[in-house]
Amino acid sequence: MVRLVENKHYSENKAIEKLPLPQKVYLPLIQHLGKICNPEVKTGDTVRLGQRIAGVASHVSAPIHASISGRVTAIQDWPHPVLGRAKAVVIEGDGRDDHFLFGLKGQQEIDKLTAQDIRKIVLDAGIVGMGGASFPTHIKLNPPQPVDVLIINGAECEPYLTADARLMVEKTAEISLGITLVARCLGVQKIYIGIEENKPEAIKAFSKISGIQVKVLKSEYPQGGEKQLIQNILGRQIPRAKLPFDIGVVVQNVATIYAIYEAVYKGKPLIERIVTVTGSCVQNPKNLLVRLGAPIKNLIEFCGPLKEEPAKIIIGGPMMGIAQYADEVPIIKSSGGLLLMNKKEARVLEEDPCIRCAACVRGCPVGLEPCQINLASEKTLWSLAREYGALDCIECGICNFVCPAKRRLLQTIKRAKLEVTK
Amino acid sequence: MKNNLIVSGSPHIHKEESISRIMWTVAASLVPAGIAGVIIFGLDALWVTLVAVIAAVLTELVFEIWGKKKITALDGSAVITGIILAFNLPPNVPLWLPIVGAVFSIAIGKQVFGGIGQNIFNPALVGRVFLMASWPKYMTTFAKPFSCDAVTGATPLALLKEGKLLEHISYLDLFLGKRGGCIGEVCILALLVGAAILLIRGYITWHIPATYIFTTAAFTYIFGAPQLFGGDWLFHILSGGLILGAFFMATDYVATPLTARGQLIFGVGCGLLTAIIRLWGGYPEGASYAILMMNAATPFIDRYTKNRIYGTR
Repeated sequence: MVRLVENKHYSENKAIEKLPLPQKVYLPLIQHLGKICNPEVKTGDTVRLGQRIAGVASHVSAPIHASISGRVTAIQDWPHPVLGRAKAVVIEGDGRDDHFLFGLKGQQEIDKLTAQDIRKIVLDAGIVGMGGASFPTHIKLNPPQPVDVLIINGAECEPYLTADARLMVEKTAEISLGITLVARCLGVQKIYIGIEENKPEAIKAFSKISGIQVKVLKSEYPQGGEKQLIQNILGRQIPRAKLPFDIGVVVQNVATIYAIYEAVYKGKPLIERIVTVTGSCVQNPKNLLVRLGAPIKNLIEFCGPLKEEPAKIIIGGPMMGIAQYADEVPIIKSSGGLLLMNKKEARVLEEDPCIRCAACVRGCPVGLEPCQINLASEKTLWSLAREYGALDCIECGICNFVCPAKRRLLQTIKRAKLEVTK
Repeated sequence: MKNNLIVSGSPHIHKEESISRIMWTVAASLVPAGIAGVIIFGLDALWVTLVAVIAAVLTELVFEIWGKKKITALDGSAVITGIILAFNLPPNVPLWLPIVGAVFSIAIGKQVFGGIGQNIFNPALVGRVFLMASWPKYMTTFAKPFSCDAVTGATPLALLKEGKLLEHISYLDLFLGKRGGCIGEVCILALLVGAAILLIRGYITWHIPATYIFTTAAFTYIFGAPQLFGGDWLFHILSGGLILGAFFMATDYVATPLTARGQLIFGVGCGLLTAIIRLWGGYPEGASYAILMMNAATPFIDRYTKNRIYGTR
């Protein structure tokens, strides 16, 4: 665990704003961990807001919905923030959907919903883990064995990002209702919400909610990693190669919870999310409510004018986010941040030999020796890399961050992980 | 917008730190001990140190030019090697001695293994041991402190070994460095100032120095006198190269274990070997040999002291 310069001041006090409706959205057919969806519309079709446009191809999948109403103009290859390129449905908007109302439900109706019903709604709404992993949520709501603890992840440990923090402050009541729903669905009594101490407003807001225990966490990266969160809240570790439910725990991100609330109470599928647009080049950093599929250039323009040309554009945070090669790339379900770095911040640092200073060893939150895996990987000694525990790496990037020699530790460890599992 | 965006793997931020910053800080942390050495032994100490540093840097440069490698001769690491080597020499040696030692340290101790990060032994100690084996007379003739006319005397440890330590040297004199010895090892106070800098900056951790010093103290206390538990442990801590070794030589990153557990074992090993050599070995002083032997054991220690990985027992 390390303390990082947080840089959250750019946007932490900016109330959530709506990004003006994009004229065009590019909705990749894969925005989750799992199989790519099958398109259910074709070029020329008229679609309305919230209409399902791509369906599930397998159990581990999540459908995709039109995020604006309009006409499908193409189904084509398009830049993808995670995968580089993927097939996407392009919708040209008619600008009429802002007043669209989904099916609101009363509390009485909600109370009658069974766990099965809730899971069905979540699946139909296309909800995935919005903290970054984008694992389909309906699966997480159906653990193969009983669980007794629900942990809500409000840590938001990545520097710069404030989307979850704003959501927790502005939508406390809605998130609380969402949490109640998820707890009911899982049959769980014990509910924790983990929030880093750098978000006093959010901590205060949730302290008032009964039934949810607020756990104030140190502002240390990667506090919001599932494994670290569970350890620091419950004092338990997930055994190697197991999942949280194996120790009776389910973890959900606050943004996911909010999406579940909207799906169940408002009948609204996952068509938008909060994105922090930030960085030293941005004149007006903001927390934006963005329709999925909106190209990032729309967001950048709305937060402009830029103080200087960005040299690097990252979707996600600076530690685990992904550098983008084009500004046409769309916001998808897992995109919580848009970080613009200037030339100086983005400069590529020269790599020096490892001097075995062990900074990476001390920093690794899962107890690895990243420098050793790095050396094994560089010499393509994959079985040695496995022996050193390459597969246990959570890819948090601390080793790379602290390395005085600027070695590409994480990259080579990721490579080793791929080779080892071949 | 321009389309020449930089694309690279995560993470996209890096700690403000570099090898040369670490190395130069370590070099700076040795300065107090150097100043103390000059005050105690006169300008001879300064010349020996300067010559060793220059020889070390030039040797590194020659090897890097010869091997067409990136020039890192001024990243501070060769400077440290030069300083440490000089600090392990008596102040009144002829000036060719530190030159030969520094060339040997860098050439045989470091560059033949592949340069920075590749050496399996502490390069300065390799040079020192080479000089010790080749010119033992120069290496064991010590100037008396604060004597301008180069009166030679023996170190307290050597006197102890020969059974000639008749009058008791006060702990305060030992602490401040008023004794015969090598340039950089005598003033414990100055060494501790430097060590504090490194500890505060996080460039070294307590694991190796603490266990090293504690083990030597405990062992000499138990076995350092004819009867058990009667040894003068404080004398052993304050004399010889123990403090210099524990904070500045046994903590050399490259040749020491990676994990805290490994470092604890390393420190205990250094402490035991130092005490054993001092009490029962052929030399009055054992820090250099102890550290070198533990350097050799480092890969072995690393293998058996890996950290526990999350989720495993």
